[in-house]
Amino acid sequence: MDETVAEYIRRTVLKIPRDEIKMMLQKWGFLSEAQLQTLNFHQIKDNISLEVVQLCEENSADIKQAAVLDIIYNHLYQNKRMWSVYQMRKTGEELEYFDITDFKKKFKRRLRSALKNVTITFREYEDNAIWIRVAWGTPYRPPNQYKPSYVVYHSQTPYAFISASVLKSNLPLLCQALIVASNYHDIREMELRSHSLNSLKDIVFKRYSQNFQTYCPKPLQGRAVEAESVDLRIINENRSEKERIQRLNQEAFGDGPQPILQFAQYKLETMFKSSPEMDVLDKKEPFRCLVKFSSPHLLESLKSLAPAGMADAPLSPLLTCIPQKARNYFRIREKRGLAPESFVSP
Amino acid sequence: HIATSLPLPSERDRLRPRIDLIVFMIDIKSKCSLKNVEASLAYVDGSFFLGKVCFLVTGVGRVNCCSIEINAISKLGEAYCSPVLFCELELEGVRLATAQRLLRMLQICAGLVPGFSALSFSLLMRHSADD
Repeated sequence: MDETVAEYIRRTVLKIPRDEIKMMLQKWGFLSEAQLQTLNFHQIKDNISLEVVQLCEENSADIKQAAVLDIIYNHLYQNKRMWSVYQMRKTGEELEYFDITDFKKKFKRRLRSALKNVTITFREYEDNAIWIRVAWGTPYRPPNQYKPSYVVYHSQTPYAFISASVLKSNLPLLCQALIVASNYHDIREMELRSHSLNSLKDIVFKRYSQNFQTYCPKPLQGRAVEAESVDLRIINENRSEKERIQRLNQEAFGDGPQPILQFAQYKLETMFKSSPEMDVLDKKEPFRCLVKFSSPHLLESLKSLAPAGMADAPLSPLLTCIPQKARNYFRIREKRGLAPESFVSP
Repeated sequence: HIATSLPLPSERDRLRPRIDLIVFMIDIKSKCSLKNVEASLAYVDGSFFLGKVCFLVTGVGRVNCCSIEINAISKLGEAYCSPVLFCELELEGVRLATAQRLLRMLQICAGLVPGFSALSFSLLMRHSADD
């Protein structure tokens, strides 16, 4: 077995938390059940990884199998990576029959014709997701297995989720191969990024609980604002205001759990508005400013702003439109016209 | 009765009992909180300031997150002749003790402690603070 493969397998096993190693090796299926029985999972990880490499040596593992183990790890810990969403377009309207073998063949062929030194690995999952792992090399160097790119493609949809490696230069190649293999003619990056792959899927596949505009002729009375047991001796003077905020919040965010996003970024290219006496900017140039909101769960925290009294309800549509517009990176420019208001660029 | 600011919504006027004590809660982590209290003070009738108003400053446990100067709050207390209490709501013991203090004050302000009025109590608090 190649030294580099052995080292790669060893390092991959080291990444896995000790309690999960057995389960992952079983999922991998490269080592037999008998071999797995010989492993002692109660020793320190260093030793476990060495034993695993030993067994892989017996089975003559090559980089292809090692790459599969890497996909399995990254599928379980997908939220460690940052994912971007790409949307593909095709000219025709017909739904073509998707042939997975054809897809794989075309993808590999297209990539390899541009770059010989690549390692390409596929793995299919039950939810129609095809995971593709690509390790990149150069014409003179073998592929760097430690910085691969991942693509998650759902065959019946025009969306691909890409977690690029640090080597961004290979992205165009990856996109090319994708559209050729899937019979689309165009691909563009959406302004939507998150660590949570499932949340990105929820947003583009519209699986989150959306708010539908329902007409309520009378306000919802007597709705419990909070589920906790309310002491009847506590009287809230501003109850109607609280209920108004709840209602507006519910209209804006819906009832269900929010997709998990970590950032919302607004790039402002608007004019600085000050009172005429201040005359801050002599040249009438747009004031360049970047506003970034970050949170472990951005949408949930935005949803709790108004009820917590930290913001007025209703919240700015710039914040509440994020799932509907399927983007969390915005550019705001001046509206060209009589009234200098800002608008969101497509 | 809890409210986010004054004046109180007028639709509930007839449902409200007599008010014996107003506690203004200031979150030391939020400048907004102080501004809100200062704005609400304007809606309080002068007679309340004879011992029926108290300022409660919360969040003092987290020293790193203070946004308001204690000085500013003390000045507020002096300007309105009302005591300032400090507490940390996240600590159960302190929370309980503060609640008991407020209840005691409420008893006095409601006239339930014979021989002791709200005014005499506030004078007592003031003198002990100056010492």
